[in-house]
Order: sequence, then C-alpha cells, then structure tokens
Amino acid sequence: MENQDIFRLSIGGQAGQGIKATGLLLAKIATRLGKHVYTYSEFPSLIKGGHNLIQVSISKEQVFAPSKSTDFWITLDQNTLNVHLAEFQDSCSIIFDEEKNYDFTRINKKANLFPIPLSKLSKDAGGSQIMSNTVALGVAIALLGADLQIFKDLLLDEFGSKGEETVKVNQLAAQNGYTYALEHFAEKKKNILFKEDVVEQKIVVNANDAVALGAIAAGLQFAAIYPMSPISNILHILASNQEKFGFIYKQPEDEIAAINMAIGASLAGARSMTATSGGGFGLMVEGLGLAAMTETPIVVIDGMRPGPATGLPTWSGQGDLRFVLHAHQGDFPRIVLAAGDPLEAFYLTMQAFNLADKYQTPVIVLIDKNICEHDQSMPFFDTANYAIDQGKFTTEKEAEFERYKLSADGISLRSIPGSGNFFIANSYEHATIGYDSEEIKDINSQMSKRMTKLVTCAANEDTSPKLYGPQNADVTIVSWGSNKGSILQALKDFPNVNYLHLTWMSPFPDKAVRAVLEKCKYIINLECNYSAVLAGLIKEKTGIEITDNFLKYDGRPFFPEEINEKLKSVLQK
Amino acid sequence: MFYKNKMTLITDLTTSCSPTWCPGCGDFAIWAAFKNAAVAQDWNNLNTVLTAGIGCHGHLLNYVKIASVEGLHGRAIPLATGIKMANSRLNVFVFTGDGDSLAEGGNHFINACRRNHDITVILHDNAIYALTTGQTSPRSPHGFKSKSTPSGNIDEPISPVSLAIASGATFVAREYASHIPQLSELIVKANDHKGIAIIDVLQPCVSFSDLYTHDFYQQNTYYLSKDYDATNQTKAFEKSLEWGEKQIPLGIFYQVEKPSYEDQIIQIAQRPLVDKPPTKKDLSEIFKKYS
Ligand SMILES: Cc1ncc(C[n+]2csc(CCOP(=O)(O)OP(=O)(O)O)c2C)c(N)n1
Ligand code: SF4
Repeated sequence: MENQDIFRLSIGGQAGQGIKATGLLLAKIATRLGKHVYTYSEFPSLIKGGHNLIQVSISKEQVFAPSKSTDFWITLDQNTLNVHLAEFQDSCSIIFDEEKNYDFTRINKKANLFPIPLSKLSKDAGGSQIMSNTVALGVAIALLGADLQIFKDLLLDEFGSKGEETVKVNQLAAQNGYTYALEHFAEKKKNILFKEDVVEQKIVVNANDAVALGAIAAGLQFAAIYPMSPISNILHILASNQEKFGFIYKQPEDEIAAINMAIGASLAGARSMTATSGGGFGLMVEGLGLAAMTETPIVVIDGMRPGPATGLPTWSGQGDLRFVLHAHQGDFPRIVLAAGDPLEAFYLTMQAFNLADKYQTPVIVLIDKNICEHDQSMPFFDTANYAIDQGKFTTEKEAEFERYKLSADGISLRSIPGSGNFFIANSYEHATIGYDSEEIKDINSQMSKRMTKLVTCAANEDTSPKLYGPQNADVTIVSWGSNKGSILQALKDFPNVNYLHLTWMSPFPDKAVRAVLEKCKYIINLECNYSAVLAGLIKEKTGIEITDNFLKYDGRPFFPEEINEKLKSVLQK
Repeated sequence: MFYKNKMTLITDLTTSCSPTWCPGCGDFAIWAAFKNAAVAQDWNNLNTVLTAGIGCHGHLLNYVKIASVEGLHGRAIPLATGIKMANSRLNVFVFTGDGDSLAEGGNHFINACRRNHDITVILHDNAIYALTTGQTSPRSPHGFKSKSTPSGNIDEPISPVSLAIASGATFVAREYASHIPQLSELIVKANDHKGIAIIDVLQPCVSFSDLYTHDFYQQNTYYLSKDYDATNQTKAFEKSLEWGEKQIPLGIFYQVEKPSYEDQIIQIAQRPLVDKPPTKKDLSEIFKKYS
C-alpha cells in the first residue's frame, strides 16, 4: 500500500451484530480526535445472518476511498477470516473472542492475535452478547492509544436518548474491554489514535444523509418516497425530521404514486421531491414526462445499484446514466446531475431545487450506493451562499394569465391553483392557457418553448466539469459519480496524472469537455458499468472517442489499488 | 340545493372550448351537474382545483374555467392527493373513468380510500374504454362483447362501490348521470364530507355500449330507501353487490365520520403547507448528530 499514512480497521461479523454501527462509532471517535475518516461496508440483502463488514480508514488527511487491505481487524465470526483472507495485512492485528474456536491456520504467522473474552466482558457489564462489539472497540482503542473518555462521551451522546441505563451498560462494556487490553497487552499498545494538534469540528456523513439534509436546507416542503435500497435512509431521515422542519414526507403505495404525488404537491406550490433506485425509476418514467409536459418543477434522486430487474440490491453500480437521460417517450428538457461524494450530493441537491423551479422541468440527481452508504468525515456543510430561487413564479392573481405563454428564454410565469389564475396543467399538448391543442402552430411553438429552456439553462449555469491534478498530464482519467474518491486517492501517487470529473450530464458541457480532452496525451475512461456509457456520451457530444475504458460491474467500487495498477501499466507502455 | 352566494356565475365557468363528446353522452350531464354545484357553492379559481385522468371523462377540464390538472391515465388520484396535502384549503376534485381508476390506477384508488384523503372522486362509469374506441373495462359484465373481447368477456366485473367500501372510503355513493339536480346535490355533499368521497356515476356511452344505455338506467335504477342505514359498513357492502334488472341502487351507500388524512398531519394543523414560501433551513442542530 502506497498510502502509508492511512490506518485501516475492519470489523467483520454477522448481519444483526451491529457491525456498521460499531464502525460508525470508531469513525466518530477518530473524527473527534481531529482525524479524517472514510468508512466502507459490504453486506448482502439480508437483515439477520449473512456476513457484514465495515472498514474504517483513518488519516490525518482527508480519505476518499476504501483500501483493499486492512491493518487491524475485529473478527466477530469465522466468515470474516474466510471471506476476507486476502485483505488481511501480513502483520495485521486481530481482536477476537477467545471463547470461539476460530481457525487461524490460513492467516499469516506475522499477525498479532489478541484473544479477548469478549462475551464474558460483555456479560460482566450487564449487557447481552450483542455488546461484544462495544467491548471489542474498547480493546481496539486501548491498543491504538486513544483516550477512553472520548469513547465514553460519544456513547453518552449516542445513547443518551435511550436512557441512563443503556448509556451505563455501554460505557461499562467499553471500559471492560479497554482495561482488559491494557492489563494483558500493554506492551503491544501503539500510538495511532492520538489527538491531533488542531481538532476541527466535522460531520461523518454519506450521500443519503447529504441528500436529505440538502433537501431540508433548500426548503423542501413535500417528499413522497417508496423504500428501496440504497436510498431508503433518505426517507428515514426525512420522515424523522418532518415535524421539526414543517415539511411533509409521505410513503406512497408505489413509485408511480410517489412521483405523481410529488408533481401534484409541486403544482400546488410546494418544493417537492422523490427518490428511488433504478427499478423504482422505471415506474416513475411516466411521471417524468408529465412533469416535463406540464412544466412542473420536480427533483428526482436515483441511487444506482447494479443489474437489471432486482439485480444486486446492496451493491453499487453506474448503469443508469443513459436510462435517466432518455427515459420516457418524445422529447423534453431534463437536467441530469451526478454527485461524486456526499459533499457534492449535498450541494447538487440544494441546487437541483433551484434548477427545477427556474427551468420548470424535472431535475434528476444520480448518486450510487458506493456514496449512499459510505460515510466520510468533512467540515460542516456551508449553506451561507445558498439562496432559494423560485424562478418565474407568482401566487398573486395576474391580469392576463397565460401559463404557457411563449417567451424568448422558453420560461413562462408559473402560478398555483387557488391563486385566482386560471390554467390547465395539461399532459396533452396544449396552447398557451393550457387547453388541449392539436394545432400545428401550438405543437411547434410549445415544443420549441420547452426545449429552449435547456438552452437557457446551459447558457446561465456553470455546467463545466472539474479538473483535478496538473493542467497538463501524461494520462487523464475521465469519470463520474463515486469513482471520484478512489481516483483522487490513487492520484496522490501520480503527479503526472489528472482527473476530469463530470457532474452535469444534461445539459452536457460539450465545449468544456472537448477543450480538456482535445489536449490530453492519453485518456482512460473509468466507470462502474458494462457499456462505458459516459464514454459513449462523450463521443456523442464531442466526437472524441476514448478507447481505453477501464470498467467494473461486479457491484464493488474501484479500489485505489486497482487504479494504481492500471496507471502503472499505462505509464510503462 | 343550498346556494352560498352569487359570486360565481355559470358564465364565469365557461371556457372558449366546446365539448367534443358525442351527442347524448352521459359526460354532458356530469358536466352540467358539476357546474351547477360549483355555482351554488361558489367553487372558483380561488378555492378549487380539478384533476382528471385520461379518457373521454378527462376532456371535461377544458370546459370548466377552474384551474386544473390533466394528469396521466390512471394517475389522477395520487396527483390530487399530492395537491391536497400541499394545499389542504382547496376543494380537490378528481374526474376519472372506470378504466382509469379500476384498471390502470386500481392501486391508487384502493390506497387513497384507505387513507381517507379529503378529496372528491367523480367516477364516470361507462363500463367501457371509450376514448380508445370501445374495449372491455373492469366494469364490463361477463360475456360482454367488445373490440377486445369479440367472443365475450371472460373477466368478471368489479363494482367501484364495493371496492371503495372494502378499501375504507368514508363516503361512497352512486348516481345516474342524467339525474342532474340529484347529482349536483350529491357532489356538494361529497365535497362537504371530511375525507374521501367516491361517487360512482352511471354514465351511458352512446357510441360504444348498447348495454348500459340511458333507457337501461332509467328502467333499472332505484333510490335507497329513507330508512336505509348508511353507517353500517357490512350492510353497505352487501347492498353494493346488488346489480341487475330493477336492482341498481342509487344514493349514499356508506358514510362515516373519521378524521381525514390531512386532518392528521401535524405540520398542516395551523395552515396549509403552501401558505408559506419555501424557506432555507438552518441545519446546525442536525449536524451535531453527525459529529
Ligand atoms: C399509460 C396509458 N395507457 C393507455 C392509454 C390509452 N388510453 C387512453 S384512455 C384509456 C381508457 C379509457 O377508459 P376510461 O378510463 O374508462 O375512460 P373513458 O374514455 O371511458 O371515459 C386508455 C386505455 C393511455 N393514455 N395511457
Ligand atoms: S365515446 Fe362514449 S364516453 Fe366518449 S364521448 Fe362518446 S359517448 Fe361519451
């Protein structure tokens, strides 16, 4: 591993053992010590049983991606040793329950084994078996040199609302592990989790959190979302915050209802959204066209997972780009954005609401499971520069109201039922007030009016991609979505490689992309899908054909190590 | 019928479009009944919104000058419930068809009933797919010959009245389109009702059905008797299964008082959602939970 300054701790066990929650506790402890963290989890589509894993990468600097191998393990089942054998560093440390007879024969002899009576210490604390992970985390932070108090404070913050007893039991479990480790393995203690000189306040969030928080911050008033991996946490966060912030979250009967309810609420004047994954988006396709035809603002989040049909519910993919760009019959303007990390997900979501209002058309924000469920530390999101922009909109009665009045920029004044203004928001082609029309002049003028909005958008908004690394490089990687993290991580070892990251897919920044790619010596397009859809889009929009497509579609994200290998092989040519 | 005032005149509701329905179509009568109710109740662009699905019924929106949304086939109900949640002050009407709400939008119909959204659904029940020129519908009887069932329909029909009662709707009624004054009154009652109101309107399609004609309904319908108890769900369900010669009941089958969906949303207890424009929110409190 090139990036020696990253320390990786993984927790493996069965689903239902609180693996992810324990990893998040460690992530917060590290963050409170002034470190940066990145968490990566793997789990099957099961609630109990099955194997779960979380890797927490910790560094003084920002961490953008998971690693293929791990320095320190908390092993709560035999499967952790079987499934992840290749990820155990030769001289790694392994905490496990000494009462369990795990088979370590295939683990490298240089590994440091820490047999701990986890179950016993957990029961001593008055807890159940499930608190073994809290005990183990107590052991880990003792061996890594952290202060127990910081763990105890965190447990109070996390479990305070569940009552004093819960906090006490958890704190005792942590303490039992901590004390046991220092009593038995003091000489093995390392100084990794020390407090940094400067401790900035940070949040540990994933893109689901970011989308939900971004929507709330942007003044969300109505959301209808049907549960689906990987975006269900968006609805959980919205549901639990609706009364506090005064918006409505509704669980509808299906995704068709979701998008139609959201369109209805938007037509009535509420900032509205829905969210889903590819399968649910399939059901929303019909509604997408309704929003476009009636020129109703709507934000749709698509959290991608791999495969057609049910596919791989708990894994990551990027196969939906062409789907969301083309879904629905006929032509209509749509804005499609793609977020590469939680920070982008937050700001693009906020922006999406303004764009939907300004251009009165659907805005789709693509995220993928790799960022939906992988938490990262970052500074508090800053909303100071955001201002709500509802575009051409009135709730007042107008003297002569024509909802679909022709205009140079394609955008007409929008109003709501109950304002006194009469209009028909019509899914049929219509004339300026909204009455059905099959007149050639209405058909042509309304179509061109709608499509003009996309031109206006392209002219008014900054759609350009972002170039990371040097202006001139030997190799340029082009990509989008969550690959950003692993690419940036890998780039740390390659000063002569740069990265072109796209966040706007429609309207497509063709000039800006062409300007960068034209000058490149060698281009690698990197994506998590079978067909290299971005490369296809780039060719369509710029004429530039990228022949080196580095693709992966097994549900796992690109690891920095893989990109590293790829770059080495290209640079050696 | 109770006239609230004379603010809204019938001429205020007139649009520049003339109906394209076939002469004799039951939709004319539903249109007239609705407009009379609107004048009586002063439903206008300040307090009312109309929605419709796709079908001959949906054309009605072009002929009433009240702000409206023509949605997608089968999707008017979720559209209307979204509007109602966002602006609970509006009278929200759904004009739908039997194909629209029992086939394409069946799931929405059932779920809106059980949630008791405070909307009024006027179901133009012509037992045929009319706009698509005469295929069988979920209301067409067994054996019914149509373009899609040339040898006779194998499917059994479903009654929107039975379905609505079974699904938990709190106001379920049936009327025959051409009973215009009675239908107007029923529409007013339905809108006054807190919660979802479903009106199954028997609407002859003169072009594609010679089974359920004006004559047929004039001869075979009767009003539920004065002593009929509309609060008994089981009895109402039983009554709703009645259909046949001289055996088609009209009137309110079922009505109970229950809090509507919108009544139970704390966020809109004081005022509708859209009374305030969207405002930027400060997240600093939530951020603490993530650190
Ligand atoms: C998704 C979709 N499928 C099919 C159609 C074609 N279509 C239009 S109206 C209709 C059925 C109309 O029947 P009904 O709802 O009973 O209305 P009516 O015309 O009888 O008033 C169909 C199938 C459509 N518009 N949209
Ligand atoms: S086809 Fe039938 S339902 Fe449609 S307008 Fe003509 S009579 Fe009415």
